[in-house]
Amino acid sequence: MLEESARHRPGISTRTLLILLSVVLLGVSSAHAAKNTLQRGNGAEPETLDVHKSSGVPAAGIQRDLFEGLVAEAADGSLIPGVAENWTLSDDGKVYTFRLRKNAKWSNGEPVTAHDFVFALRRGVDPAVGSGYAFILWPIANGEEITKGKVKELNRLGVEAVDAHTLKVTLKAPTPYFIGMLTHPHAYPVHPKTLERHGDKWTRAGNLVSNGAYRLTEWVPQSHIRLERNPHYWAADNVRIDAVVFHPTENTSTELKRFRSNELDITYDVPPDQIAWVEKNLAAQFHNTAYLGTYYYALNLTKAPFRDRLGLRNALAMTIDREILTGKVTKGGEIPAYAWVPPGVNRYAGATVPWKGLSKAERLARAKKLYAEAGYSRDNPLKVQILYNTSDNHKRIAIAISGMWKKALGVETELFNQEWKVYLTTRKARQFEVLRAGWIGDYNDANTFLELLKGDVGTMNPAGYANSEYDALMRKAEKETDLEVRAGLMQKAEEILLKDLPIIPIYHYTTQHLVSPRVQGWVDNVMDVHPTRFLSLAP
Amino acid sequence: MIRRLASAVPTLFIIIAIAFFMIRLAPGGPFDRERVVPPEISANLNRVYHLDEPLPKQFVRYLGGLARGDFGPSFKYRDFTVTELIAAGFPVSLKIGLLAMAAAVLLGVGLGAWAAQRRNSAADHLVMGLAMTGIAVPNFVVAPLLSLVIGVYLNLLPVGGLGDGGVRYLLLPVISLALPQVAYIARLSRGSMLEVLNADFIRTGRAKGLTERRVVFRHALKNALTPVVSYLGPATAAIVTGSVVIEQIFAIPGLGRYFVQGALNRDYTLVMGVVVTYGTLIIMLNLAVDLLYGVLDPRVRSRE
Repeated sequence: MLEESARHRPGISTRTLLILLSVVLLGVSSAHAAKNTLQRGNGAEPETLDVHKSSGVPAAGIQRDLFEGLVAEAADGSLIPGVAENWTLSDDGKVYTFRLRKNAKWSNGEPVTAHDFVFALRRGVDPAVGSGYAFILWPIANGEEITKGKVKELNRLGVEAVDAHTLKVTLKAPTPYFIGMLTHPHAYPVHPKTLERHGDKWTRAGNLVSNGAYRLTEWVPQSHIRLERNPHYWAADNVRIDAVVFHPTENTSTELKRFRSNELDITYDVPPDQIAWVEKNLAAQFHNTAYLGTYYYALNLTKAPFRDRLGLRNALAMTIDREILTGKVTKGGEIPAYAWVPPGVNRYAGATVPWKGLSKAERLARAKKLYAEAGYSRDNPLKVQILYNTSDNHKRIAIAISGMWKKALGVETELFNQEWKVYLTTRKARQFEVLRAGWIGDYNDANTFLELLKGDVGTMNPAGYANSEYDALMRKAEKETDLEVRAGLMQKAEEILLKDLPIIPIYHYTTQHLVSPRVQGWVDNVMDVHPTRFLSLAP
Repeated sequence: MIRRLASAVPTLFIIIAIAFFMIRLAPGGPFDRERVVPPEISANLNRVYHLDEPLPKQFVRYLGGLARGDFGPSFKYRDFTVTELIAAGFPVSLKIGLLAMAAAVLLGVGLGAWAAQRRNSAADHLVMGLAMTGIAVPNFVVAPLLSLVIGVYLNLLPVGGLGDGGVRYLLLPVISLALPQVAYIARLSRGSMLEVLNADFIRTGRAKGLTERRVVFRHALKNALTPVVSYLGPATAAIVTGSVVIEQIFAIPGLGRYFVQGALNRDYTLVMGVVVTYGTLIIMLNLAVDLLYGVLDPRVRSRE
């Protein structure tokens, strides 16, 4: 009897199972972040907050809130006085004299002095620090020589503290973009005593002493970095946000979800495949802005098939339909590129490829002719390999371009992808035919783009391009103090470049952010800088 | 047992040696960037990080550091040592992993046993159908769906980060990590439960007049657990690798992301640190599984 009834009364009742379930699914409470705290997405975890060792955008965004250089950026990215109240330039364009604010203070209350800047700038070129961005300070006399070990004494760098609040900087040659470069983290001051006391650990929360609008209060790697307002900052009265938390969120889809559920006020990026959705559903929060960068294909000029083949290079460049590529493939509002230097660069009118004005049909006809002249035909097509670093976006673009080349000219393309570090190795050894690459300007001046293709920059020059006429114009521009004349020289150089086409410009980058309506004071700008001190939160 | 413990050391050494030399085979180095640094600077960096020494010497140096519990500096995250990064990330991964494991075993065995007793009923089919789905759908699909529905649409739980470390931040990642394992363990325990319930000693138990509760919990379940226990080894490995994906999707500051990112960045010391940590963990868990076997099945003990 027992046995029979037991079958209908199982040992594990449904109730037991429900209890098990609720053990796992514990209670849910809700709480929300403090009111006057800004939550910012930060892309990746910063590699370091040490201004002389960092290189990435994720670090720069945080450093910009922590530190202030001689010159700073306004909400719209334009240059404004930072620690330096004003400055004068000598007649030969080589000696800057900066007058520092007397009320500029470190986050521990000590004054920011010219000696701090001397200490920091010397550290910035010190080869022992091993900085990848030391070149930012190379316009200063002896800067390059010290980094490269040709001059051993750090005190021979052309910087001098005339008194506690006067800094004299001597340049190697007139450098019109030097003031702009001073906004780079590499030119920020550091607090000498903190470095002496804490060594490599000086950037930790609790150790770090900074001179910007904010100070570092918490750093949990890969989780968040919390800054709170620096009460000693000279303009602290105008800082309206009490705290800002940076969240490294590499996965852009996750970042979008965190924004949608109000965990983030500002995103670092928008996933490319979600841009259409965002444009439709979050139009008011979506900020899509031209950026100082160019996406391009480099052609290897050091070997066949592109060495000495001007016509062939032009044929390939003309048959890429940039409007279709940006409109149908990348879809991020990118600007089709017919130039190397992106639009929006200070004091620079720019040049374009000579055939920009031709219609698509005319371009095609010209390209076909050039292709035939280079000795290729449908029966004897050019066979070429495109190398790109592994990424869906690069792959889609490469597929589209190879399709365009195939259709227009019959070119047979092989796509070849490599993981980033392998790609860098192959690129450095110039073992490619066509290489996808991108370049983001380090400062707002045409030089940051044009110098990449000088003949003497070694493996940095992606194509192995060397044109003595181009190099001569660039050398002349470097020495020219008249800004108009200088811009004209660089423009002439870019025209030569766009005729030679060692690189094929494809599009100019855009940056994408989502900004919550409660954030006020956000201004889109080509440098993509948005210091927290100019933002505020609606109540 | 001591013999098993002793064999763990050479196993770990072999793992370390293979990982150390394998990652050096990959082209590119930790300091390679798009912006090429002057050779003088890269020489300096290599000297500071001892990358200019011959590989065997670096290996010996690394082992020496390990013996002192020092994993070396991170090449990528230059403000931290690998030991610090692991000390920050490992407890997070461990917490999520253990919770997911506990949830998987509790729910999996519970559901499996529950379904076994309702063999061929609608409830059984429902549970097994769901389990099949759970196994078939990978967690990189489940996780974003969960965070979209529960986090964004219903706004019940946070979709990313650890916040204050509260339970509400852990729920979604733990559930996403546990789901495939729940499904697998449910199927496994249902099968073995069915087998055991038909065994002679269960019939004897019932004949003796034991309550059904006692039969199921005391006799059947204990024996049915053996295959589940032996699955715990692979399950741990699955949860460790699964956490790489889950930590990315939920922006969790765990160890998982260092596994992939470290390798891509050629952050040699960080990759090694993660390999050593996970290697030790898996070896230890396998030992624990062996011990548990002995507790559950006396025959295993006598054979040793």
